[in-house]
Amino acid sequence: MNMRHILSILIENEAGALSRVTGLFSARGYNIDSLTVQTTEDPTLSRMTIVTHGSDEVIEQITKQLNKLIEVVKVIDLNESDHIERELMLIKVRATGKDREEMKRMADIFRGRIIDVTEKTYTIELTGPGEKLDAFIKGLDSTVILETVRTGASGIGRGERILKI
Amino acid sequence: MEISGSEILVRCLQEEGVEFVFGYPGGAVLEIYDAIFRQTAFKHVLVRHEQAAVHAADAYSRSSDKVGVALVTSGPGATNALTGIATAYMDSIPLVVISGQVGTSAIGLDAFQEVDMVGCSRPIVKHNFLVKDVRDLAETIKKAFYIASTGRPGPVVIDIPKDVSILKTEYKYPESVTIRSYSPPTKGHPGQIKKAIQLIAEGKRPFLYVGGGAIQGRAAKEVTELATILGIPVTNTLMGLGAIDGTHPSFVGMLGMHGTYEANLAMQYCDVLIAVGARFDDRVISVPNHFLSNPKKIIHIDVDPSSIAKRVKVDIPIVGDVKHVLTDMIAHLRESGLRPNPAALDAWWNQVNEWRKPNSLLYTPSTEVIKPQHVIQTLWDVTGGNAIVTSDVGQHQMWAAQYYKFRRPKQWINSGGLGTMGFGLPAAMGAQLANPDAQVACVTGEGSIQMNIQELSTCKQYHTPVKVLSLNNRYLGMVRQWQEFFYGTRYSESYMDALPDFVKVAEAYGHVGFKVENPADVEPVLKEAFSAKLKERLVFIDFRTDQTENVFPMVQNGRGLNQMDLPPHMAGMQQSPFENNRDYGNLS
Repeated sequence: MNMRHILSILIENEAGALSRVTGLFSARGYNIDSLTVQTTEDPTLSRMTIVTHGSDEVIEQITKQLNKLIEVVKVIDLNESDHIERELMLIKVRATGKDREEMKRMADIFRGRIIDVTEKTYTIELTGPGEKLDAFIKGLDSTVILETVRTGASGIGRGERILKI
Repeated sequence: MEISGSEILVRCLQEEGVEFVFGYPGGAVLEIYDAIFRQTAFKHVLVRHEQAAVHAADAYSRSSDKVGVALVTSGPGATNALTGIATAYMDSIPLVVISGQVGTSAIGLDAFQEVDMVGCSRPIVKHNFLVKDVRDLAETIKKAFYIASTGRPGPVVIDIPKDVSILKTEYKYPESVTIRSYSPPTKGHPGQIKKAIQLIAEGKRPFLYVGGGAIQGRAAKEVTELATILGIPVTNTLMGLGAIDGTHPSFVGMLGMHGTYEANLAMQYCDVLIAVGARFDDRVISVPNHFLSNPKKIIHIDVDPSSIAKRVKVDIPIVGDVKHVLTDMIAHLRESGLRPNPAALDAWWNQVNEWRKPNSLLYTPSTEVIKPQHVIQTLWDVTGGNAIVTSDVGQHQMWAAQYYKFRRPKQWINSGGLGTMGFGLPAAMGAQLANPDAQVACVTGEGSIQMNIQELSTCKQYHTPVKVLSLNNRYLGMVRQWQEFFYGTRYSESYMDALPDFVKVAEAYGHVGFKVENPADVEPVLKEAFSAKLKERLVFIDFRTDQTENVFPMVQNGRGLNQMDLPPHMAGMQQSPFENNRDYGNLS
């Protein structure tokens, strides 16, 4: 019942628009698992991806309440049909001794790229669905992980399914 | 020619046909007040507290068809306005509230009287704006009025920094405005309307449930027409009172926590429910699961899609302006001739009339002590049921709603959603200004009135001859009632000690005051208050009422509509269909 949903939102690129969205979620007790936002090819519009979870009724309310915000242009629930999602992670790991080779191998297996190298560390860039990033973290010995930073998911519908004005 | 932001604001308000601005000056809005000083198109009403400015603007709107306008300064002026804004938001009232702000260069620096008004008001407005550039001001004002008054109405805040009110620019008021991300619905889906009519025609126990959306949506005429064509019983919510004449034979009274026996049972046992501009809130249906435990098909008409399927699932949602949708439904009924089965409808009416018989609003009259219900009934008689009635919040509000049979929309003005004590008096003032020839009564209590009693001064200044009926039982009555029912009569902080002499208070503000202790004096005093002699005067009547009177019926929190606490004369009466109507199916 408590399904994960990924919502795509087109919203006016205006000061305060983001806080209206996050304020709505906190005021009505909805969950935000992740949120990403950036302007689109049209600089007057931003596109937001929110990962949330809830029952069908709750998701319906979230969608309706988002649509009620004056600055929200369109909302779609990507879960309603085929979609792709990607998340970017930067992960800094200890790369000394035998770990140095092991980290390189792990990054290769996951098609990650080492984007910063020091004597003792690697910073690996990894892109993929959230589960892949989770799997990468799980695959490492937790003591080698120095820090991680993740963007949260961005989503897009497959094929002809397009979110535009 | 270039003019200042303040002059632009004034010109825009003129363009919008604003008659009254309710406000209070302060540092951040001095430029605006200077521009107001130099114009004559609208009148400024100087309240004594910013909360009252918003309530007055709100009631001005509720009692007319216009957008209310309030103007406050930055910081405390803005925060004082918040209760008023939240009140209007909960009841979907179109307002434009203009707040001053510190200069743009000082924003964020904890300047004197700085508060983030856009942030503070965000959860309680339909929309808000911070105008950072004077060149955006005119268009922002146009948008604010458009957003406030269309779709599901609501308050819009415009925060204007002081430098924006000073800087000059070329002025042009846009004739129209389009907002690509905002298109309020108008007509309902014809297919859904057809399906709804079909469902109603198949119903054996259809029931019409009408809320504040019918008042704000100006659909009272259509509601009455639909009820008449279908010949089905009708209830109104607290916010919907007046959508159908309270004396109409199809009207079964208000429903909900303090609804009538017949309205609540009809709501529980109907099989087809037509909800018009109502939102199934907790004070109306109590617990959704219990409400749905007697199966019913629900048609829900609302301009706001998020009101639909929020607390109960519905079978036929119709998103649209209620007036449009009802007009289309009526046309479709006329064309198709579809009607509910007359025999079934007769049986349903027999049942509803059986429920009506014991009269759940009956109370024990007294010659010793004034019964609050008697005051309201007498008010109805003395005003011919024609007064605009405002109320505060508590027992007196419920009695006013139950016993004053409102004849028309926009006649009953109360804070239904937020339940704001202190609303009544400034609301009466706003309603009187919008309706200078109407009789305006403010039904209040000694608790509520003291939350904005300073407005007696404003009423004096602007000659608003409202009649204040204070049902003074020396208790915060509704709190006392709950403490009696649920807290073992431990009356914690609900007794109002050290009350002032209200007659002297009224007189000190330059008004007329009466104190009434004897039931025999209720009618003569009310007649005098509404007489030609006192037509131009505000009259404050301090009714000393029965301290122990309770509001009945009552649906306790967590109980169903068929589990009411009934008045003493109905104690133990069954709350289900009678024996001859046992064919209702799954009754629990």
